[in-house]
Amino acid sequence: MADLSRTPGQTVGPFFGYALPFSSDSELVAPSHPDAIRLHGHVIDGAGNGVPDALIEIWQRGPDGAVVYQPGSMCREGYSFTGWGRAATDPDGHYSFSTIMPAAGPAGAAPMFAVCVFARGLLDRLFTRAYVATDDSRDAFLDSLEHERRETLIVRCDTDRSYIFDIVLQGAGETVFLKYS
Amino acid sequence: MLDSQQKLSAEIAEIKANYAGAESEVRLDYPPYRSSALRYPRRSLQQVDPEEIELHSPAFGHIDVDPLEADLTIHHSGAPIGERMKVRGRVLDGQGRPVCGQLVEVWQANAAGRYIHQRDQHPAPIDPNFTGAGRCLTGADGSYEFTTIKPGPYPWKNHQNAWRPAHIHFSLFGNQFIERSVTQMYFPGDPLFDFDPILQSVVDPSARGLLIAKYDHAVTESEWCTGYTWDIVLTGSDRTPMEDHNG
Repeated sequence: MADLSRTPGQTVGPFFGYALPFSSDSELVAPSHPDAIRLHGHVIDGAGNGVPDALIEIWQRGPDGAVVYQPGSMCREGYSFTGWGRAATDPDGHYSFSTIMPAAGPAGAAPMFAVCVFARGLLDRLFTRAYVATDDSRDAFLDSLEHERRETLIVRCDTDRSYIFDIVLQGAGETVFLKYS
Repeated sequence: MLDSQQKLSAEIAEIKANYAGAESEVRLDYPPYRSSALRYPRRSLQQVDPEEIELHSPAFGHIDVDPLEADLTIHHSGAPIGERMKVRGRVLDGQGRPVCGQLVEVWQANAAGRYIHQRDQHPAPIDPNFTGAGRCLTGADGSYEFTTIKPGPYPWKNHQNAWRPAHIHFSLFGNQFIERSVTQMYFPGDPLFDFDPILQSVVDPSARGLLIAKYDHAVTESEWCTGYTWDIVLTGSDRTPMEDHNG
């Protein structure tokens, strides 16, 4: 069948707050879960200010490394890990997830969270990846980037079991955003 | 001091005049939409091969979404004011395959053009019988359907006397995470189209047309509601997931 054109994206606008957030949306596991980690950061605009009306989604493998196929991604009953979460930013532009460490993917690829970014003022969604990697980690894609660009995709250790991933929409330290082949 | 509509329309016209005719997507850098100025990446998007996880999508089911959530007119004790309408269509991938069992979320203003959101302080009435948010799961053929009230246009502060054409926000999941999309559906013949920098940020006229629903008399129901159809295409990667899954 002939390829169809994508229906163009449009901004999420300022008023998604009563529609898209849901109860415990940012808790892929409860913060009290023995393996819980925190993934958090600021969404930052081209003037260096926090973006208070952004929405971040993450999607990751299950603890055994497999992709999860279990419905219930919006139903936080406390027993299932579905691999997906959503977090709106607060008035400072800060978001926060409670989740587990992403399992390693294929050989030669560092573990990562797939990330999708929406905001008022952002006319289409942006994709990026938050990698849990060190300077020594080998990953074919990360290794293809200049050092300064690579850094934008790697989470920073904050405190014990807490990792920071800032998303810079524009300007100095601009996050690497992705298009897929 | 906000710019006039005249100045803004001149900017939109200049972009149109310089358009070379080879785009299919929205522009991230579209100066007439003032809030975009500091919120688009200046670097080009980095081409990458999708990883396995990105070729799959989170799963939703009836544990997540009650079928009644698709009717935005029954969430309160009374009937909302306005023109009752249905919108239905199909969610397809770039190869024309249906996206089945996936989550569709919608939100919108009420018939007076007022959002229930506390940040909307425009002096139009709130309808106590209308919140304006709904959800559904697509059927096996990718179909979705919502019953709602036709939203009104609403004013905003992009420029002086700025009015958004009536629209419904749609949030969509595809078969792949990288098909994830949020967009807006518009109504045919809206006189505000040419004045609106958000719709006009899709510079190509045929691509822009993909955001406009069709009035469909076959969806309209006698003495009950008007009907619209709007199909949505989500594109991701042509690659096929390698991982075996029967679960």
